[in-house]
Amino acid sequence: MKYHAQWEASLFELIRRTSVDLPADVEQGLRRAYKSEKKASRARWALEAILENVQAARDNDAPLCQDTGSLIFYFQVPVGFDTNALASATRMAVTRATRLGYLRQNTIDSLTGIPCETNVAHGAPVFYFEQCARSTVDVRLLMKGGGSENVGRQYSLPNTELGAGRDMEGVRRCILDALVSAQGNGCAPGVLGVCIGGDRATGYECAKSQFLRKLDDKSSVKVLGRLEDRLLKESRQLEIGPMGLGGATALLGVKIGSLSRLPASFFVSVSYMCWALRRRGALLTVRGGFKKWL
Amino acid sequence: MALIKPHRLDYPFTPEQVGSLRAGQFVLVSGLVYTGRDRLHKHLFDGGKSPVDLKNSAVYHCGPVVVRKESEWVVRAAGPTTSIREEPYLPRIIREHGVRVIIGKGAMGKVTEDACKAGGAVYLHAVGGTAQVLAGKVVAVKGVHLTEFGLAEAVWVLELKDFPAIVAIDCRGRSLLRKIQSSSRRIGHKLIHSADPFQ
Repeated sequence: MKYHAQWEASLFELIRRTSVDLPADVEQGLRRAYKSEKKASRARWALEAILENVQAARDNDAPLCQDTGSLIFYFQVPVGFDTNALASATRMAVTRATRLGYLRQNTIDSLTGIPCETNVAHGAPVFYFEQCARSTVDVRLLMKGGGSENVGRQYSLPNTELGAGRDMEGVRRCILDALVSAQGNGCAPGVLGVCIGGDRATGYECAKSQFLRKLDDKSSVKVLGRLEDRLLKESRQLEIGPMGLGGATALLGVKIGSLSRLPASFFVSVSYMCWALRRRGALLTVRGGFKKWL
Repeated sequence: MALIKPHRLDYPFTPEQVGSLRAGQFVLVSGLVYTGRDRLHKHLFDGGKSPVDLKNSAVYHCGPVVVRKESEWVVRAAGPTTSIREEPYLPRIIREHGVRVIIGKGAMGKVTEDACKAGGAVYLHAVGGTAQVLAGKVVAVKGVHLTEFGLAEAVWVLELKDFPAIVAIDCRGRSLLRKIQSSSRRIGHKLIHSADPFQ
């Protein structure tokens, strides 16, 4: 691929900005949450620190959270575009962002325990490429920390313990159970990304891709939109609160998608994203030139 | 925060000072702390030597982003990591090394409550993800040990000034989050099993 340097520069800027600059809709959600909590409460204490941190990260041009997470890149490219070269430019950008401290040395060899200095290793970063009838490149980046990843859950329906059958009520029960189990430990107030259906791998993939949606984006599938609203309301009754310290705001949002399934399988995959929902998108030219933020 | 008066916790962390703290109180920690997370805890649990004297110390569950600027280390981000992963190791480390203060995030179980009670230690909960606010409370990097664990897992010797946290488990073994958890589980159970048909 020609223009390798331009690609690397644009992707580096995407990583930098994702790491230091929380999206406006998430910050607004946190502000609303702050207002909704009682004065002099532990919930407000936590949210105040969180909001101060959001601003400090921008001012200091430094990572919002020291766990800069797994880096998940979603590319939509024109038909016939060289995605190998694109992956290579992205790896260079990740290496540079790590060297400059926008990313922590966050990648460990699972067999030897040896840390990787560049964050470029087997399975890291994560890439999704999709060829589309288009003339530009759309790239989205999610940074997802390990603390939130650890509290995700996957259910296979029916589930006797929850009394959850293969219907929307069963799905609701699974999602609530996942939240009650997670408490504040995934750094509440977070967002739940859910997939109904798929297999054990694609279910979680689809659940995570829900974090690309803005907080005010309600599913256009009626039954899912209603479930998203209902679960967000119910989450407030649990009194888990920010960081699990008590209060109304356990979640900023619930985003649900679905995939087809096999007759024998009915999975509900629930992924938890911490309040530091680091998501950025950019529209780039086929030469890697920056067009606009998405 | 203005309405809540925090208690001060200053290095060295004496048994008396730590013993007077109660679950639910806000604290501002100042003085020396050591970072340590998964690798250090396993290392100590397996009988490995500690590179620093942990008696009456504070161990901060944190894997900071640190970069080298000429001859100095600069902390770029330093929030807490989830502490429950260290729970299996904590009783022995508190007992054998005399650690007095644990700083981290997230709910802990009975094992930690008992270990705090037996060892006269406290578990302080900092706000997860606030890596910039908390990095701002690091006034100096005094050294680093066990860098072979990787920079995130190494033992960083940090000097803090007014590091905000909340007492989640006090040295009587009382836990702030236990109550919140059991109540939310009760409410959750009701919501899950409500007879309401789905609408």
